[in-house]
Amino acid sequence: MNIVRILFSYIIFPGFIFSAVVGLFLTWIDRKVTARIHWRVGPPWFQPYADFLKLLLKETIIPEGSSKTLFFLGPLLGLVGMSILAVMLFSMNFYPAGSFVGDIIVIIYLLALPPIGIIIGGSASKNPLASVGASREMTQYFAYELPFLIVLATIILKAGGSIKFGDIVLAQQVQGPFLYSISGVIAAVVILLCVQAKLSFVPFDIPEAEQEIMAGPYIEYSGVALAIYKVTRAMMLFLLPLFLISILWGGFADWWAIPKFLLIIVLIVLMKNTNPRLRIDQALKFFWVGLGILSIIGLVLAFYGL
Amino acid sequence: MKRIVPIGPYHPLQEEPEFFKLIVEGEKVVDLEINIGYNHRGHEFISQTLTWDQVPFLVERICGICSDSHPYAYVLAVEDIAHITAPPRAQYIRTIIGELERIHSHYLWLGLAGHFIGYNTVWMWVWRYREPLLDLFELIMGNRNHYAINKIGGARRDILPEDYPKIREYLDLLEKKNAMFTNAILDDPVIRGRLENVGVLTKEDAIAYAVTGPTARGSGYACDVRKDDPYDAYDKVDWDEIVFEEGDVLAKAKVRLIECNESIKIVRQCLKNMPEGPIETRVDEIPSGEGIGRHEAPRGEVFHYVRSDGSNMPVRHKVRAPSYMNIASNVIAVKGYSIADAALVLAAVDPCYCCTDRTFVYENGKKKYSGQDLLKLSWEKTEKIKRRYKK
Repeated sequence: MNIVRILFSYIIFPGFIFSAVVGLFLTWIDRKVTARIHWRVGPPWFQPYADFLKLLLKETIIPEGSSKTLFFLGPLLGLVGMSILAVMLFSMNFYPAGSFVGDIIVIIYLLALPPIGIIIGGSASKNPLASVGASREMTQYFAYELPFLIVLATIILKAGGSIKFGDIVLAQQVQGPFLYSISGVIAAVVILLCVQAKLSFVPFDIPEAEQEIMAGPYIEYSGVALAIYKVTRAMMLFLLPLFLISILWGGFADWWAIPKFLLIIVLIVLMKNTNPRLRIDQALKFFWVGLGILSIIGLVLAFYGL
Repeated sequence: MKRIVPIGPYHPLQEEPEFFKLIVEGEKVVDLEINIGYNHRGHEFISQTLTWDQVPFLVERICGICSDSHPYAYVLAVEDIAHITAPPRAQYIRTIIGELERIHSHYLWLGLAGHFIGYNTVWMWVWRYREPLLDLFELIMGNRNHYAINKIGGARRDILPEDYPKIREYLDLLEKKNAMFTNAILDDPVIRGRLENVGVLTKEDAIAYAVTGPTARGSGYACDVRKDDPYDAYDKVDWDEIVFEEGDVLAKAKVRLIECNESIKIVRQCLKNMPEGPIETRVDEIPSGEGIGRHEAPRGEVFHYVRSDGSNMPVRHKVRAPSYMNIASNVIAVKGYSIADAALVLAAVDPCYCCTDRTFVYENGKKKYSGQDLLKLSWEKTEKIKRRYKK
């Protein structure tokens, strides 16, 4: 009975299927809002699902001479990571007491799985553009991970030094969301930009810049493998704002989470549509120097309880 | 380690097939090989099989974007042979269409440039304000593109006085929007960060590679046929030549944006001073001789050379399009920048590949086929295809 419940939570709710369906719907919101900003009409609501189904029915072509295992490990790694993350986020928010020591560190690693999957897949593709894309993904991952980790340290500090995710959510229910303080605002700005980079949205869609390297790591992917990449990206669009709400804005166990969530999505889409793409060296400088210093200021402020 | 990153022949960066072989070390471009010839259609030859009045319809299909420039230059060349000048009203009409086309072409480039730096909002917004201009073309000449306004000895269509207010209305809209785009693009720190000091082409290199148009004017090299060798109404109106010294992609963008303002100025003056009278002179025959026509197309100088032997068709028609000169300068401009910049620099000359392509067959450093041999080959191929489909 227990095993059925575990399987249900990982595969159906809130794991793979639920977060994939919601995520694909969010990609529709993204596409529709983008289209309206562009004075276009935009696709109908079922377009992402239709795209996904179409990809499932297409042939999957494996480039000659590439490692089959690594080529398929790439997309699967991200998908598995995101499914587990969905389960963890939901259980920590609704049953904070079930948290175990160090689960925030597990989450950091789970969030690293999609970029690692892209790097593995891109490197296994045997294509010069894919390897350029993979190397850009690697650089970008190291770029945004530094301010991201400093911000997480800030939040752990604010939660009284506990590395239990449940404690972070509980602490916010007791003393109010971390966002409502100077260091909390700084943390939110930094982490929102990191989320933008994790999602590979403009201005940080450098690894897959279609005009430069033609979708980069994804160039050789087709059929089911590409569909898995797409659905992983869609799940990230759902889960990363939820992660943001849980660590900074008091968790999502109440109905207020929905407007908060939509606000974050709108911010992400607006940022995507009002910026050109940065160059990889500019992105690295931006994250390490600009956001790095900002997040350290946030950490110091949090240390003094501001 | 050196690797090759291909841009083309089929690539999202370009609408037409052309092959740029970027030789890169990591992200840095160390060399560039340009391989043209994917879009060769033999226009010069076809033009020698058509009558004088048919050729403008052919040459305007050389390029889909600057489809007024080629017939314009051709018509000027033939008028040069026959020593005729178009009536003043026709001259003004041709100038107006030439300038409106410059606006639409520069806006097309601006939108694409936005797309190339990943800023799709700029792309869509710029094209939104380009769209009414295409409608205006349809109103004046019946076509959104391929206007067929040029004719030896005049213009084929008149611009009716009741259309003037519509043109003026569009120019007012455009002036406002052009100011908006200029400010938005020049004030955006991220755009500046992407465009400034990227793909620098110095004045010396610009002269050495004989680049023309906005590419040259962005590098501080003032060359504009409209100023240097005025034709039609260009010396009867007041306008400025836009030159920037920096030579980077931003300078080229600035040249194009501000040139749109100058074009608005020219069209306004032309509409105000438009003389009355006929729009064409009667041309009975073209005497033997040779002539040249130069027109400042949106991308630079278009040069047409035509030779006549007194018959009803040209015996030689030579076309030189501006992109042919401009694309070669990429070899200098792209070196030392990253792949991300290279995509931008390649696009910054506003390349038009269907104007550019020429065919030569070289083997072991020697020319393998002459023009006649190539023709024979192509005829044989056509025969083969015909036979295959008959079966």
